Amino acid sequence: MTTTAEAVQLITRARAARHARNVVVLVVLGVLVFATFCVSLSLGDFKIPVVDVVKTLFGGGDKATEFIVNRLRLPRALTGLMVGAALGMSGAIFQSIARNPLASPDIIGVTYGASAFAVFAIVTLGLTGAAVSGLAIVGAILTAFIMYVLAWRHGVSSYRLILIGIGIGAIATSLTSYLLTKARVEIAQQALIWLTGSLNGRDWSNVRAMAITLVVTVPLVVILVQRLRILQLGDETAYGLGLKVESSRLGLIVVGVLLAAVATAAAGPIGFVAFVAPPIARRITRSPGPAMIASALIGALVIALSDLIAQHAFGETQLPVGVVTGVVGAPYLMFLLARANRVGSGG
Amino acid sequence: MPPPSAAVDAAGRDSTAADAPSRPRRTRGATLALGLVVCVALLALITLLSIAIGSKQIPLSTVIDALRHYDESNTDHVIVHSLRVPRTVIGLLVGAALGLSGALMQGVTRNPLADPGILGVNGGAALFVVGGIYFFGLSSLTAYVWLAFVGAAAASVAVYFLGSLGREGATPVKLALAGAAMTAMLGSLTTALLIGDVNTFDQYRFWSVGSLAGRGADIAEQVAPFVLVGIALALVSGRVLNALSLGDEVAKSLGQRVGLARLFVAVVVVLLCGAATAAAGPIGFIGLTIPHVARLVTGPDYRWILPYSMLLAPILLLGSDVIGRVIALPGELQVGIVTAVIGAPFFIALVRRRKLADL
Repeated sequence: MTTTAEAVQLITRARAARHARNVVVLVVLGVLVFATFCVSLSLGDFKIPVVDVVKTLFGGGDKATEFIVNRLRLPRALTGLMVGAALGMSGAIFQSIARNPLASPDIIGVTYGASAFAVFAIVTLGLTGAAVSGLAIVGAILTAFIMYVLAWRHGVSSYRLILIGIGIGAIATSLTSYLLTKARVEIAQQALIWLTGSLNGRDWSNVRAMAITLVVTVPLVVILVQRLRILQLGDETAYGLGLKVESSRLGLIVVGVLLAAVATAAAGPIGFVAFVAPPIARRITRSPGPAMIASALIGALVIALSDLIAQHAFGETQLPVGVVTGVVGAPYLMFLLARANRVGSGG
Repeated sequence: MPPPSAAVDAAGRDSTAADAPSRPRRTRGATLALGLVVCVALLALITLLSIAIGSKQIPLSTVIDALRHYDESNTDHVIVHSLRVPRTVIGLLVGAALGLSGALMQGVTRNPLADPGILGVNGGAALFVVGGIYFFGLSSLTAYVWLAFVGAAAASVAVYFLGSLGREGATPVKLALAGAAMTAMLGSLTTALLIGDVNTFDQYRFWSVGSLAGRGADIAEQVAPFVLVGIALALVSGRVLNALSLGDEVAKSLGQRVGLARLFVAVVVVLLCGAATAAAGPIGFIGLTIPHVARLVTGPDYRWILPYSMLLAPILLLGSDVIGRVIALPGELQVGIVTAVIGAPFFIALVRRRKLADL
C-alpha cells in the first residue's frame, strides 16, 4: 500500500511543480507584455519617461502627458495587444482541432476569405477604413461557413476540413492576386499594405470592437478549452470519452473564426502570429495540450514588439506591423525547434 | 478503385488454388496501369490543344504538320515553333515537377498541409526575385529564373539545417515548422521591399501570380535539366516513401535509413519545385492538391501516387493555361489564377465524394 501512496505523492508533487512552473511562465510573459506596452507608449515624436507613462495609466499624470498617452498612443497599443491575444487563441484552437501544427486561420482559408473581400473593397469598390473592415469580417465568416458546410458529411472530419480549407483558400488567394494585377499599381499597393497588416491610425472605436469580441469569446474559450483537450486525442477517443464531438467542434470553430475575423478586420491579416504563438506557448509551458493563456500572451507580445520595431526602428519610415511579425516571431520559434530534444515534441 | 468485375471473379475461381490469392492484387495493378495509360493519352491530347489554341487558332493538322515538316515561310509554323511549343514544354515540365514534388513533400512530412514550397522554396525564390528587381533593376524573365532558383536552394538549405538541429535530427514536424517560420521571415523581408518601392511591386505582382506567358525556348532549356533529373530521382523513391509513411520507428525497423532518405527526398523536392517556381513563378495549388487527388485514385502506395501525380498535374496546368488563353481575349488570364479557380471546385467535390485515405 505504501507504494501506491508514494506514487500518488510523487504524481501530486510533479503536478504541483508543473503548475508552479506554468504560473511563473505566465507571470513572466505578462510582465514582458506590460513592459513592451509601456515602452511603446513612451516612444514617439514626443518622448515620455516610462515612469510617467505608468503614472498616467493609473490616473496620475499631467494634462499634456495624459493627452499624448491616452488619446494618441493608447488606442493603437491596446488594439495591437488585443489583436495579438485574439490571433494567439484562434491559432491554438485551429491547430488543436485540426491536430496539425501547420494549421492556423492563416492557412485554413479564413483569413484568405477576409483578404479577398477586403481587396475587392479597396481595389474595385474604392472603399477605405471601417467599410473595408466590415467586408473583411463578412468575408471571413462566409468563408468559414462555406468551408464547414462543404466539409460536412455525416459529421466533419478534421482531415476533410483541412483539405476543403486548402481548396477554398486557393480560390480566395487567386481572386486576390487577380484583383491585384488588374488594379492601378498605387491602389494595388494600398491593398498590399492592408494585406500585410497595419496598426496605423487605430482609434478607440477599434479598441471597443476588439474589447467587445474578447469579452464575449474569452468565457466561451474558457468553457470549451476542456473539450478541446479531449478533441485533440482524435475523434474516436473523444466519442469514447463521451464527448459530443460535432457540437464541441462547431462551437470551437465558431469561437476561433470570430476571434480571427475581428482581429483581421481591426488590423488586417497580420501573418504568422496565429501560427507561431501556439507552438511557442506549448514549448515554454511544456504543456501537452493547447496552452490558451500563454498563446494569447505570446500573440500579444509578438504584436507589441513588432509594432514597436515597425514604428521606431527605421527612423522616419514607419512600416506596417505585419512586415515585422515574421522577423520577430520566426527566429524564436527556430531557436525552440533547434533546442527541442524530445521525440514528438512538435506541434 | 472499382471492385473486381464478376468475370474476373469467375476467372479467379477457375484458376488453381495457389494462384487465387494473388488475383485481386494483379487486377488492381492492371486497373491502375490502365489508368496511367488513359492519363498519358489525355495529356497528349491537351499538349496538342495547347499548341493549337491561342489568340491565333491553328488547325490541329497544321500543328502536326509544323512539328513534322517545319516550314520557315509559314507564319503558323513559326508561331508553333517559337511560341507555342516552348510554352507547352515549360507547362509540361512545370506541371510534372509540381505534382511530383508535392507528392514527395507530403510523403516525407506526412502532413496534408505541406506543399512543396514548405521548405522555403517559394519564400526564397520570391525574396531573391524582389531583391534583384529592387537592387539591380532586373526585369527579364531569364534573369528571374536564376535568381529564383538560387533563392529557393539557399532557403531550403537553411530550413533543412535548422530543422535538423537538436538531438533527434530532422523530424517531419520540425522540418515543416522550420519551413513555415523561414517562409514567414523571408516574406517579411520581401514585403518590406515591396512596400518601399512601387516599381518593384509593379513587376513582382505579375511574376508572383504564376504564369507561362512570355516564356521562350531559353527558359525551357534553363530548367529542363533540373526537372528531368528530378523526375528520374523522384520516380525511384516510391519504395522509400512507402516506408517513411509508416512512421519513423517502423521505417527504421524495416531497415530504412530514415535521415538519409529524408535528405534525399528534400534534395529532389528542391530541384523540382525550385525549377518550377523559377520557370513559372510560385504556383501553389497544384503541388498541394494533385497528390491528394492521386491518392484518392490509387490508395496509399507511393509507387502509384508518384506517376499519377506526375501526369495529372500537367493535365491540370496545361488545361488551365489553354483556358486562360481563350477566356479573356484579347488578353489572357495567368495560369496560376485559372488552376485554382477551375481546380479547387473539382478538388472539393472529389474530397466530399470519396472516403479519404488519411496520410
